[in-house]
Amino acid sequence: MLDDFFVRALLAGLGTALVAGPLGCFIVWRRLAYFGDTLSHAALMGVALGLLFEANISLAVFAVSAAVAGALLLLQRRASLSGDTLLGLLAHSTLAVGLVVLAFMTWVRIDLMGFLFGDILAVSRADIVTIWVGGAVVLGVLAMIWNTLFAGTVNRDLASAEGLAVDRANIVFMLLLAAVVAIAMKIVGILLVTAMLLIPAATARRFSTGPEQMAILAALFGVLSVVAGLFGSLQWDTPSGPSIVVAALTFFVFSVMPFVDMLRPGRSTVRALDGEPR
Amino acid sequence: MRGGRWLVRGVSLTVGEAEIVSLIGPNGSGKSTTAKMMLGLLRPDEGKAAIQSGLKLSYVPQSISIDWTLPLSVQRFMRLTGSVSKSAANAAMDLTGVDHLMQSEVRNLSGGEFQRVLLARAIARRPNLLVLDEPVQGVDFGGEIALYELIMRIRDELRCGVLLISHDLHVVMSATDRVVCLNGHVCCSGTPTAVAESPEYKALFGAHAASALAVYQHHDDHTQPDDGRIHEDDGTVSDVRGTGDGHHSPSNAGRAVVTD
Repeated sequence: MLDDFFVRALLAGLGTALVAGPLGCFIVWRRLAYFGDTLSHAALMGVALGLLFEANISLAVFAVSAAVAGALLLLQRRASLSGDTLLGLLAHSTLAVGLVVLAFMTWVRIDLMGFLFGDILAVSRADIVTIWVGGAVVLGVLAMIWNTLFAGTVNRDLASAEGLAVDRANIVFMLLLAAVVAIAMKIVGILLVTAMLLIPAATARRFSTGPEQMAILAALFGVLSVVAGLFGSLQWDTPSGPSIVVAALTFFVFSVMPFVDMLRPGRSTVRALDGEPR
Repeated sequence: MRGGRWLVRGVSLTVGEAEIVSLIGPNGSGKSTTAKMMLGLLRPDEGKAAIQSGLKLSYVPQSISIDWTLPLSVQRFMRLTGSVSKSAANAAMDLTGVDHLMQSEVRNLSGGEFQRVLLARAIARRPNLLVLDEPVQGVDFGGEIALYELIMRIRDELRCGVLLISHDLHVVMSATDRVVCLNGHVCCSGTPTAVAESPEYKALFGAHAASALAVYQHHDDHTQPDDGRIHEDDGTVSDVRGTGDGHHSPSNAGRAVVTD
């Protein structure tokens, strides 16, 4: 049953999950879900432009997502529109521009559904290399800025006043997010990249008492979702992206069940110690 | 010169080594803005704010709230902006009276507890310059004076400069080397005694505010003022004696009078 394409998809999915989990924690903490959506919608424009100029698709997606993130920062400073209006504007217009550009390129035959929802059959060896090398770079950079980024998430003024380069870390984080969109797009598809970032992190939240722990757990839940989702996808011939997201959702629903409270690590013992007179 | 140096609206000020400088003034008088400019969080439109390079800074901002989505224990919060040894963290939390909260989650703390944790975090860094924006917000009154005393003790131990912003004129006046009274500009500055007696200060805070300082001096001389307002102040001093929260000998609380 483990055909070659399936092993490739599994490797790609695992690499994606390991990166998406820790980065997704910041999406949860900073309430950037819609921002992630906007970056991933812009990815379709990246695909279209990449095909148009015969460039590497992943690089084109990264470039366009990063450009959209930059445009958003600039617009927020200048325009008199609110952040969510700008996000919606950029998300849908880049998606629309991407679709229109693709339609004009009659000489290109692409599997649009594959781009939108992921296609495990389409994962090549080169994709796996891109995902793992790109993913390692993203995780490495994230580890480097982790403390600054987290301190800036807790309180920007505090972190900045005490000498951390918060603004720089924020910009680097945007670039990392754009990179993850480019990486994750292949396996879960453009429309579901945010779910891959968001849902495992949301699941991990309930079991975490510290940020680092939550990042690791989010990666773990992502890995479980990819394995379960891909096997399901193979079994029932469902699209890979939605299957992974459904698996992730299942873990999340399980995590919010009341009985899971009892499984939370050290919860009751910590409480008991806290209550003890000193 | 050590410490920060900033120019606000044509006026320059410095915080030197082991010096406690208090910024007072009505709401909207630019106290926090001044502090933020000094910290480099805001860029002054004219003039400049500079901090001697190589100085370690700790900041206790006015009212910060921690997002409940953050899994953050007090232990992790203590080393938020840089590594702090476990013993330094414990010692600082012991000083501010929250050492029993080390394992708690930050979002479960009460306002007063969190304020003490914030201060402990700032102290544990062993800063050269400590910037405190309303550091006793939400702290009950007995604890309030103890915290101001603590700030002086930190200053003595670490030899750090302290920039203190507070609404509480009574305690500020008693625990400060130099007071700067802001109201869109520097309206008066100097030793607490000089400021309390200046006409600008009285015009800004009303005549009774001058008694903020007087109370402590009276108390020091063991005379009881018969003015009703001052009586209230005196009551607070006896509050401190009553609570005696174990950090300091209560009899010191009233005598934390300005040195001049």
